[in-house]
Amino acid sequence: MTLPEPYRLLAYLVGILTFVGLNAAYLVWVERKVAARIQRRPGPTEVGPEGLLQPIADALKLTSKQVLVPPQADRVLFRLAPLVVVAPAMMCLATVPFSAALGAMDFNLALVLVFALGSINVLAILLGGWASRNKYAIIAAARVVSQNVAYEVPMLLVVITLLMVTGTMSLREIVEQQAGGFWRWNILRLAANPLMPVTFVVFFICMLAETNRAPFDMAEAESELVAGAFTEYAGMGFGVFFLAEYANIVVGCALATILFFGGWHSPVGVLPGLFWFLLKLYLLIFTVIWVRWTFPRTQFYKLLNLSWKVLIPISLVTLVLTSAMLKLF
Amino acid sequence: MLKALKELGLGFMSLLVGMKITLQQFFKPTVTVRYPRQALKMPKRYRGHIMLVRDKDTGKPLCVACKACEKACPSDCILVDGVKREGEKRKSVTVFKLNFTQCSLCGACVEVCPVDALAYSKEYNLASTRKEVFAQMDLYQRMMEEKTP
Repeated sequence: MTLPEPYRLLAYLVGILTFVGLNAAYLVWVERKVAARIQRRPGPTEVGPEGLLQPIADALKLTSKQVLVPPQADRVLFRLAPLVVVAPAMMCLATVPFSAALGAMDFNLALVLVFALGSINVLAILLGGWASRNKYAIIAAARVVSQNVAYEVPMLLVVITLLMVTGTMSLREIVEQQAGGFWRWNILRLAANPLMPVTFVVFFICMLAETNRAPFDMAEAESELVAGAFTEYAGMGFGVFFLAEYANIVVGCALATILFFGGWHSPVGVLPGLFWFLLKLYLLIFTVIWVRWTFPRTQFYKLLNLSWKVLIPISLVTLVLTSAMLKLF
Repeated sequence: MLKALKELGLGFMSLLVGMKITLQQFFKPTVTVRYPRQALKMPKRYRGHIMLVRDKDTGKPLCVACKACEKACPSDCILVDGVKREGEKRKSVTVFKLNFTQCSLCGACVEVCPVDALAYSKEYNLASTRKEVFAQMDLYQRMMEEKTP
């Protein structure tokens, strides 16, 4: 089905906005349910059946709150930060091919675009923290910047490793290369790089750190920094940061699905591609939530140690190994 | 170098062990109770405020108004009074007031009672906006208003 260009654009725009909105709302519900199950509690149960209307109640509460700007704060930057944090996350989804036929945009530098937009997230948290004129917010913002700088390096090294194997930056082509059974997925391409599963683990850890998820949630270290960079945000300002966090998780997991798990390709050959893509996506998101409710927050210097002393050497080893393997075989 | 790699591997394995444990918990049934709708039965030895015990046969309080509890109470929060009714060998209680705002639930009154006429209640849903409700709990009246079981 192909629509004329303006309509196609509009359809995808509405589609992606809905997808992000629904995901952000219901991933909060999923997160609360999973957290509850891991802690042997029932989780939200009061609003609607199984608490399914809870996200709507939360959204109504957040929107009905007064939008406060602290008197000392930089008004423009303070109001701008939530927009800057949420827009790139949504733009990233435009490049994601959901199935063979479903993808808003396909162009040869999609991967670069995703990483370029992905790093704006840090800038927005820095802006928000700085503009708040609040010491907790500034400490959190400074932490987030050094954390993201540290984790961007191994993340990109891993992606370079993968690019050497695939030879293309178009997400659609990367997925198409992985057709024909799960042993063709990049995570199991052991002929090109015997350390491919390790590469995925490094990518996954970096993705957790880039999206500021626990155990790397330095942006919002509740127990130390009140609410970190979001301390001064009330009502929907905070809500938008929250939305962006979940949108970023969706983008990160979609990227992991595409790069390592064969995108929309089915491991067994039944059911449509969209189903398999979403299944892999949500399994990864479940893992993200599962990790959050398993491990406590790391200390900040350990977080940096992990990146500089462990992840970067490992990703360099895989990079060298892959290039050697590609040259030799 | 080899030692560092081994340490790294062990560290990663320990993370997987942690994740295995949380996943096992994930599939187990929940243990919490949805409180206002369901409630756990209070354990046998739960100590609520004290209450008067009925005689199983007559339905009247066992208390003989001997005032042993009044004397035993370290915080002076019990006030007992009774009358001797005609044709009865023992006194009957007519007033039994408890100042629950000062009671520390030490249980001296229950211990000292010669006729086992005091027991701990299982009530824990006690709330009021007025102090008098707990400063002067009339346990005798409370018992009289209660339906006989």
